[in-house]
Amino acid sequence: MVQNEDSMVDFEAKLKFHAQHLIDSLEQGRFGEAVETIQRINQTRDQGLYLEVGRLTRQLHSAIVKLEMDACEEHGDTSQITDATDRLSYVVDMTEKAANRTMDLVEECGPLVNYLSYEAQSLSDDWQKFMHREMTAEQFRDLTKRIDIFLGRSLENSNKLSDNLSNILLAQDFQDLTGQVIKRVTQLISEVEGSLLELVLMASKVNQFAGIQHDHDELRAEHLNNNAKDPSKGEGPQMRADTREDVVSGQDDVDDLLSSLGF
Amino acid sequence: MKILIVDDFSTMRRIIKNLLRDLGFTNTSEADDGATALPMLQNGNFDFLVTDWNMPGMTGIDLLKAVRADERLKALPVLMVTAEAKRDQIIEAAQAGVNGYVVKPFTAQVLKEKIDKIFVRVGS
Repeated sequence: MVQNEDSMVDFEAKLKFHAQHLIDSLEQGRFGEAVETIQRINQTRDQGLYLEVGRLTRQLHSAIVKLEMDACEEHGDTSQITDATDRLSYVVDMTEKAANRTMDLVEECGPLVNYLSYEAQSLSDDWQKFMHREMTAEQFRDLTKRIDIFLGRSLENSNKLSDNLSNILLAQDFQDLTGQVIKRVTQLISEVEGSLLELVLMASKVNQFAGIQHDHDELRAEHLNNNAKDPSKGEGPQMRADTREDVVSGQDDVDDLLSSLGF
Repeated sequence: MKILIVDDFSTMRRIIKNLLRDLGFTNTSEADDGATALPMLQNGNFDFLVTDWNMPGMTGIDLLKAVRADERLKALPVLMVTAEAKRDQIIEAAQAGVNGYVVKPFTAQVLKEKIDKIFVRVGS
């Protein structure tokens, strides 16, 4: 970066020098000299331009090497970006598997719990009859058999439920693994952003020498216009609904909006 | 009642299917995109459509518009269940003729309320 500033300072100094010389030559009528000076000014500018373009392409190559894209061209390996894409696919797979496993376990628990509550209710009704002396001896014997079976099944079901709950807990291990993967990808994205910013800085130096100016407002408007052409493309889940005016913060908001419009 | 559940994420389809089963609706089918859902609707005698918005082939909003434009399907009740929460989108869905709009994440209670609202229940 210091080199860049030096080169700019150098360039400005040279320009000033030549410009002064040019004015002097013109004022003294030495037009031949003036034309030579103009040529020298152009040369100075060209040299500066080549220097900055050289720096820019060097930075670009450096970024490509950093992201290992060149090695991949040659050896057909996966670049860091491809790797990141693979990792994110892995996250989607893992979370899907964990969700399905958890749901499998939960679905298994349903019938176990239903049996317990259904049978307990039924036995409770009969038990009340017994408590109110509304039961014959034979009915009571039946009841004791049923209670016996129930106790056995309860124990069995409770153990199974306990196991399932434990396994549901374990199935949440995806968060750790996917979290690690996502952190790596986030890091890669930051590195790419950093490289891009460096490139942009280099490029702006080139623009200064070449006298090019890019209107960021115009670029932004163009970008927004392209996006506006396809409103059916959604934005996905909102991260900060409460900070945006154009987004609802929950089902209640949705209902309010719709009823306020007569839907 | 025959219901079609459309979402590109299988876990969400499973969750909705289970919630519908808990509410007593056991006759459900699934599609993973608006593009595969539309022919199913056209050939299938469905009574209710539950769809997401964002899908790679045909989005939920385009599916809704296609349903409303189809002579035989235009009266089909449609519930959108989606993460899309921009006001403009909600209004667009309402104007396109959606019967209910549920934002994710949602509760079983909300789903039940919206379905009940769409189909007035006689008895239970």
